[in-house]
Amino acid sequence: EALVINDPDFQHEDLNFLSRSQRYEQAIRKSSMMVMKLREYGIADPEEIYWFKSSVHRGRPEPLDLHLGMFLPTLLTQATPEQQDRFFMPAWNLEIIGTYAQTEMGHGTHLRGLETTATYDPATQEFILNSPTVTSIKWWPGGLGKTSNHAIVLAQLYTQGQCKGLHAFVVPIRQLGTHQPLPGITVGDIGPKFGYDEMDNGYLKMDNFRIPRENMLMKYAQVEPDGTYVKPVSDKLTYGTMVFIRSLIVGDSARSLSRACTIAIRYSAVRHQSELKPGEPEPQILDYQTQQYKLFPLLATAYAFHFVGAYIKDTYHRISGDISEGDLTELPELHALTAGLKAFTSWTANAGIEECRMACGGHGYSRCSGIPDIYVTFTPSCTYEGENTVMMLQTARFLVKSYTQVSSGQQVTGMVSYLNDLSRQRIQPQHVAARTVAVWISDPASLVEAYKARAARLVEAAAKNLQAELNHRKSKEDAWNRTSVDLVRASEAHCHYVIVKLFTAKLSEVSDAAVRAVLTELCLLYALYGISKNTGDFLQAGILTDAQVTQVNQRVKELL
Amino acid sequence: VNPDIASERQTASFSVEKLTAWLDGGAEHTRIRRAVVEAIECDPVFSRENQYFQSQNERYEAAVRKAVHLQKKMREMGWTENGPEHKYIHRALAGDVAFLLHRIFMRSISTLGSDKQVAKWIPLATQYQLIGSYAQTELGHGTYLQGLETTAVFDITTQEFILNTPKISAMKWWPGDMGRSATHTVVFAQLYVHGKCYGVHPFIVQIRSLQDHSLCPGVTAGDIGPKMNFEHTDNGFLMLQNVRVPKENMLNKFCEVQPDGTYVRWGSQKINYFTMTTVRVSVLSDEVVVPLMKACTIAVRYAAVRRQSKLRPGEEEAKILDYQTQQEKLLPQLAAAYAFHLITDYLQKLFDRGYREIQRKNFDTLPELHAFSSGFKALISQYCTSAVDICLRACGGHGYSLLSGLPSLYTRILASCIYEGENTVLLLQTARFLVKCFMAASTGQPVPPSVTYLAAVKPGKCPAKNKLDFLSPDIYTEAYRHTAARLVSSTAAKLQDLIQSGVKKHDAWNQCTVQLAQAAKAHCHYITVKNFAETVEKLKTQAGIQKIMKHLCDLFALHGIFSNAGVFLHDGYLSGAQMDMVTASYLDLLPVIRKDAVPLVDAFDFTDKSLNSALGSYDGHVYQRLYEWAQNSPTNKQMSPAYERYLKPLLHNKLSKL
Repeated sequence: EALVINDPDFQHEDLNFLSRSQRYEQAIRKSSMMVMKLREYGIADPEEIYWFKSSVHRGRPEPLDLHLGMFLPTLLTQATPEQQDRFFMPAWNLEIIGTYAQTEMGHGTHLRGLETTATYDPATQEFILNSPTVTSIKWWPGGLGKTSNHAIVLAQLYTQGQCKGLHAFVVPIRQLGTHQPLPGITVGDIGPKFGYDEMDNGYLKMDNFRIPRENMLMKYAQVEPDGTYVKPVSDKLTYGTMVFIRSLIVGDSARSLSRACTIAIRYSAVRHQSELKPGEPEPQILDYQTQQYKLFPLLATAYAFHFVGAYIKDTYHRISGDISEGDLTELPELHALTAGLKAFTSWTANAGIEECRMACGGHGYSRCSGIPDIYVTFTPSCTYEGENTVMMLQTARFLVKSYTQVSSGQQVTGMVSYLNDLSRQRIQPQHVAARTVAVWISDPASLVEAYKARAARLVEAAAKNLQAELNHRKSKEDAWNRTSVDLVRASEAHCHYVIVKLFTAKLSEVSDAAVRAVLTELCLLYALYGISKNTGDFLQAGILTDAQVTQVNQRVKELL
Repeated sequence: VNPDIASERQTASFSVEKLTAWLDGGAEHTRIRRAVVEAIECDPVFSRENQYFQSQNERYEAAVRKAVHLQKKMREMGWTENGPEHKYIHRALAGDVAFLLHRIFMRSISTLGSDKQVAKWIPLATQYQLIGSYAQTELGHGTYLQGLETTAVFDITTQEFILNTPKISAMKWWPGDMGRSATHTVVFAQLYVHGKCYGVHPFIVQIRSLQDHSLCPGVTAGDIGPKMNFEHTDNGFLMLQNVRVPKENMLNKFCEVQPDGTYVRWGSQKINYFTMTTVRVSVLSDEVVVPLMKACTIAVRYAAVRRQSKLRPGEEEAKILDYQTQQEKLLPQLAAAYAFHLITDYLQKLFDRGYREIQRKNFDTLPELHAFSSGFKALISQYCTSAVDICLRACGGHGYSLLSGLPSLYTRILASCIYEGENTVLLLQTARFLVKCFMAASTGQPVPPSVTYLAAVKPGKCPAKNKLDFLSPDIYTEAYRHTAARLVSSTAAKLQDLIQSGVKKHDAWNQCTVQLAQAAKAHCHYITVKNFAETVEKLKTQAGIQKIMKHLCDLFALHGIFSNAGVFLHDGYLSGAQMDMVTASYLDLLPVIRKDAVPLVDAFDFTDKSLNSALGSYDGHVYQRLYEWAQNSPTNKQMSPAYERYLKPLLHNKLSKL
């Protein structure tokens, strides 16, 4: 960070006054400088690159994001050694700038629906790429609009008259030297967006565009010269990359929300307004209960998400050793968990940033406050890397699966192990909902139990509703759709439980007593505020009584 | 027309045209509205075609051009300020027009100025011989007016007021039309005579020359820079240094400084507050409910043509509108758009009646109207803002493109949570009224009709026995009523307890504000549900519409209970089992309303031009339109200078250091 801040080449201009084209130009300038300097300082570790990049662009997107974040890593993981020689080194030296073209105009999270085709022609040993419909035009890839000269294109592979599903192809799109689009390629910028002004998100249409056979990334699946298709070994491996990127989004949720909180809380400490007591000077707005109630739970949330992000990253690093040794047992749970946490944290942070902005009154609306830009940059994370509702349903699928295992007498492990308790309770005549947990509202550990009970109840309720629908209807899919609102709620409750649990666990690791004390208060605030916002769940399940809910509400206000 | 959207229209359970006429308040209004929209949209000066590609300067220039052209258009068409067409002009222009503050300038002179002042200034303003603004908010002071710091000191020797901005937080900040356009403005300042402060008063101050538009001596003014939206408006700042205005420039309908410095006040100022409250109500319909209707139109139509994943194996990809989770996002917002349209209609009528009463010098209804306007402004603007945000995010990636129209609707509507009074402050004003009425009611004193229910707080249980019972308006309206009354009474009780235990009144108030705001919201939510249910009840004559409106009313009400389950369960009014019935009924309504979703948004009757959205047009050809519009983006019109300057050197540098 210090390297960047002290470097005059990266001096910060006032972005607020730049037009979209100027922002793009500035971002490109900085990116070019950045790449040179990374080489100069010999920085190569992905995480160090990530930090360097964050400092240069101050957490804002930049046109080379996809080149560094997707194009190079995809080559590393999916290219054969021969292809590495041909593409990776030129790309590393920035003779080739690439992007990753997956999303199409009509198709997003549901990958199998992509329409772009790559048809193998054994006569010339080439693939013929086509965008057969308007909906199949590649749409949104960053860096595609103006910057890149190559793209990794995901397309349906056709060979010997059969569709073999999605595969990745390296496609040159602009002439080296002149940067003009190649014949058969239509490429451009998709126009203005809510944010991401510095990014040239683009479109790409291909019309009988031919590439050599060797441009298909063939480390796993292969097409032989005669057109014979060779299947890949396993497809679970791709989970790893997704987990990693989603863990970055969870961390990003924490960081973006922290930034917004910093601005809003500092401003609240200097803004004076109205009077609390007649005759006294106007107080700092931070002294108003309503203002505290807006901001402090968000501050606690920012801390909670920070610990969650760190946890996922650590877990990923821990088990990626296992993965390379072929042990994939922990991966499905981590994959399911990160899907839900990505959705939960990005939704919450998104709303939280807005709350911070509105807590700054009129001045929050000015771009000079900085919060509008944080918001518009962050908000697409609810959509990219998997639309949030779809993510929640993925987690739900895992939860229901675990619940079914438990019901059939198997034990489950990891974060869902609380489901094991459900079957134990069922042996007793008591219904789980009627069970009371002795909840101490000033004890984080006890609150973790309360969240656990809520998650268990909602997972059970969703699973039972699903079963009831299944008994009514023939189709599994209809039943799933008719239960999906319940399923999303169950996932949310599960994620909420995991977050409270991780936050609480973190407390014991803090050695400094004063820091532990303040973090404990934040942890309590986070947990209690969550209860007071979802009292319905806790009351309905009989986890808390009316009197306890009143106490919770009271305690939240005392903690402020 | 895209067959995916055409099929949605064939199965409508009601006549779209009839529903549109009902929403407009009669077929005659629909006819006038369409005529106004048509006249404006076919005039190229009012085109919004390139809006999403324009810079702040271009947007401002276009807004001024439109405002000037509008004067001509109105003369041509024979539209007048008081004619039936007037209220549709704003809707047709979608608000992208300058000089809105000029109108506030005129309105403040009409209500606060003496007859002599009105006679002098209003003709000048009407003929645009000057352009006005309204400078109240300061950098350091907003909703709390008494805190303003600008000063106006009376100088007996010259019979002038000397206006000053004593420090940076006193600088006027945000007034629209003031950054670049206005020549005059009404400045609110603390009046000092003989060293004594008489509080905030309005003064007409000239800030720019009428000859060359340069700033007047002692005046520093300019634009406050980029915002989230309103790029077409030149929100400005203003600093005054010993700026002198003649004595006659203080608006003096209600008070005056006499030549010898004696301060005289007469009449009642209550009527002024009333002007503020009517502005609040009129803003709701144009700036808050209409944007939500547009957002719903875009999101619902897009959901009917966007196909994603498969619901059943072997079938083609399903319309996203068929997914329960998508229905649960969009349909409650659609129901809310109807609910809030009806409540703003109701409020408008209430205020028109109140206005007539007040002109007869009867101020009895004023506190109630004031509480209504504050509470509803806060509830509706907050609710609609998050509803537009939900619509935006329900459109996935394409919603994030400006070309969808949704980001602009969102950034614009969210300003409504702050202007005309910050929402939290407004909710607390309503809460103050509710607590006062509750106290009065519990000691048997008469209270305004809208709050008589507070007198009858008693513990009870909801009588519903099965999920169908929750489709009865009596059942759910009663649940809302009970909850609102409970929240008001329990907060009032807590406030009393605190005060009796020795906590100072103001501290006690601050310690209860979170609950007070919640109580005020519950009150307004209850009135909204009640009004919706009563309106549906009266629809008996229009059977075709009544059925679908009843579904929407049920959905709006049950969505509110589903999303705020805790407050309904809290004192056991609803049991856990009943809450499960609410959820079941609520989810059952989704597929029913889904069948009519597209016709329901068609009934809002927005033209494609007024939506200005690549995703929301009537014909459903979203992808073709998105592709065409993107190609028109200026970013595709020229070779990027960034290539020559930065990319080329980068690509050609062999970076031998490696």
